[in-house]
Amino acid sequence: MAEPTGVEASDRTFGEVVLKMDSIEVGFGGVTAIDNVSFDVRRGEILAIIGPNGAGKSSMLNCINGFYKPRSGSITFKGKTMKAMDPHYAASNGIARTFQNIALFRGMSTLDNLMTGRVLKMKKNFLWQCLYWGPAQKEELENRAYVEKVIDFLDIQAIRRTPVGRLPYGLQKRVELGRALAMEPDILLLDEPMAGMNVEEKQDMSRFILDLNEEFGTTIVLIEHDMGVVMDISDRVVVLDYGRKIADGTPAEVRANKNVIDAYLGVPHED
Amino acid sequence: MFYREAGIFKTSYAADQALFRIPIDKLFVIGLIAFAFIVIPMIGNEYWLGSILIPTLILSIAALGLNILTGYCGQLSLGTGAFMAAGAFMAYKFATNLEGMPIILVILLGGLSAAAIGVAFGLPSLRIKGFYLAVTTLAAQFFLLWLFQKVPWFVNYSMSGVPTAPPREAFGFLVTGAEASPTARYIFVLGFTVVLGLLASNLVRGRIGRMWMAIRDMDIAAELIGIKPLQTKLSAFAVSSFYCGVAGALWSFCYINTVEASAFDINRSFTVLFMVIIGGLGSILGAFLGAFFIFLLPIFLNSAPGWFGLSIASETIAHVEFMTFGALIVFFLIVEPAGLARLWGITKEKLRLWPFPY
Ligand SMILES: Nc1ncnc2c1ncn2[C@@H]1O[C@H](COP(=O)(O)OP(=O)(O)OP(=O)(O)O)[C@@H](O)[C@H]1O
Ligand SMILES: [Mg+2]
Repeated sequence: MAEPTGVEASDRTFGEVVLKMDSIEVGFGGVTAIDNVSFDVRRGEILAIIGPNGAGKSSMLNCINGFYKPRSGSITFKGKTMKAMDPHYAASNGIARTFQNIALFRGMSTLDNLMTGRVLKMKKNFLWQCLYWGPAQKEELENRAYVEKVIDFLDIQAIRRTPVGRLPYGLQKRVELGRALAMEPDILLLDEPMAGMNVEEKQDMSRFILDLNEEFGTTIVLIEHDMGVVMDISDRVVVLDYGRKIADGTPAEVRANKNVIDAYLGVPHED
Repeated sequence: MFYREAGIFKTSYAADQALFRIPIDKLFVIGLIAFAFIVIPMIGNEYWLGSILIPTLILSIAALGLNILTGYCGQLSLGTGAFMAAGAFMAYKFATNLEGMPIILVILLGGLSAAAIGVAFGLPSLRIKGFYLAVTTLAAQFFLLWLFQKVPWFVNYSMSGVPTAPPREAFGFLVTGAEASPTARYIFVLGFTVVLGLLASNLVRGRIGRMWMAIRDMDIAAELIGIKPLQTKLSAFAVSSFYCGVAGALWSFCYINTVEASAFDINRSFTVLFMVIIGGLGSILGAFLGAFFIFLLPIFLNSAPGWFGLSIASETIAHVEFMTFGALIVFFLIVEPAGLARLWGITKEKLRLWPFPY
């Protein structure tokens, strides 16, 4: 009975296009990782990017937040069109992300990792920080209060002071999500947030993603290999294969798409 | 310090964010500072104050500086000696060319000049990392020392090339130069150490400290969070060199009483680096533990055989000293990179649960 979910998904309404990727091409030396891919992201939706290994999914996220510069194509974000995103511009305009290989600050505690997500929200100058007094202290406490909300949301109170390097994998993924949430993002990019997790952890993570999207209206772009999860939580799915986009539509449409089935079953390419 | 941390709960974020999260820690530090200011000058003799505590405190300041750069921001530097020399020579220029300038300001200006020089040598850190950056700082070490030795302007064209530190007063006491009493010099140096130590602890637990550590731990993720790598690294170079510069100025003005480049050679850089490694990379406490450990160990090795009625040739002791340091550095690098400070932390963690480890 897949119908009900389909109907439910189509009942959801989304805002305007916040992010438009237009004819993006990314290459490394002779390798073309992304070949002329276009898609857009609407405010408030959960968009999944799927595809076999090496399809160029992570490279696409790297373009969105400015870590990779496309060879050609353009990115339109909140009405501004540019050839490539600048990482600082992306961060200060509400794009946050997690990484396929956890990229936490290993030497720091959970709390400090999350507080680091707030650096752009903190403006007090160096001299106040030296004294840790007055405005700097006030600012620190206000941001701490926000971070505590994130900690409560993710239910990680018990590991506040633990250096993240000592946490088990599943919790590290959760802390990494927390760090991204501390940035108060409009768009959250999640690169395989559930990879390597057991079923319960996956359920928790799916719950967090749905709650975020519902309660705070956060737009989410996620890469995920677990088809069950993708079909369950996403509003729309973009499928990449060998750097090309082969499908773009609702989960139900994508599941029925012949190209997608071929790509996943490993049918050789004709071209 | 046998106390327990269990049973203390924070009721506000302000209390939880405080520098000393456990009241007794705060009392202990205040007590220690009071002891250092009041009791030690009364019981310490000239040798202990002048030849042990003053240099140890000064090198703790340099170790704080290097720890900020290397321990917190992850940028390995072998140029500590050069940045100390920059502080010493520039402080000398300020002190001699602007006669009436208060000595505290002179020392701080020495530190600021070193900070500017540190930033200049930190510029390559955007492109190069680790070993190669260390080589760049090594170049700074040799270049700056060469400059201070070769350009007579830095020593006001003094004939000998080794000018003495000018005598200056602070709060009515002579605190610099050979004539100043060890007690006055000690208190003066201690004042700098305490203030700079507290400022450093504030910096590393705030926004800028987290930015440094983020760059150290995962620079790509840091950049995507909105931290600007170059600015952040340069701020670490600036603060670090400021600390080293102040330490260098104090070294010349309050300890050796002369301004000479040879006091800041590559060995000085290594000594401070060893202090940071043994004390604990990325720990304010570690900078102090490391400095005291490295200074006190040779004294201990020299006097320990005497306590057991043994007499050991001083060359043997010198060898033992080298071997002990070598072994300790290897031990800390491999087994416990967080150094003495971490060992102390582990002890406290155990004590917190004692006597019920479960
Ligand atoms: N920094 C890089 N340098 C060189 N080649 C790269 C780089 N990043 C990605 N590639 C190449 O680009 C292609 C796409 O990689 P990408 O990581 O985007 O794939 P992916 O879809 O995320 O795969 P996976 O499911 O395995 O994570 C691969 O062939 C990869 O080798
Ligand atoms: Mg990937």
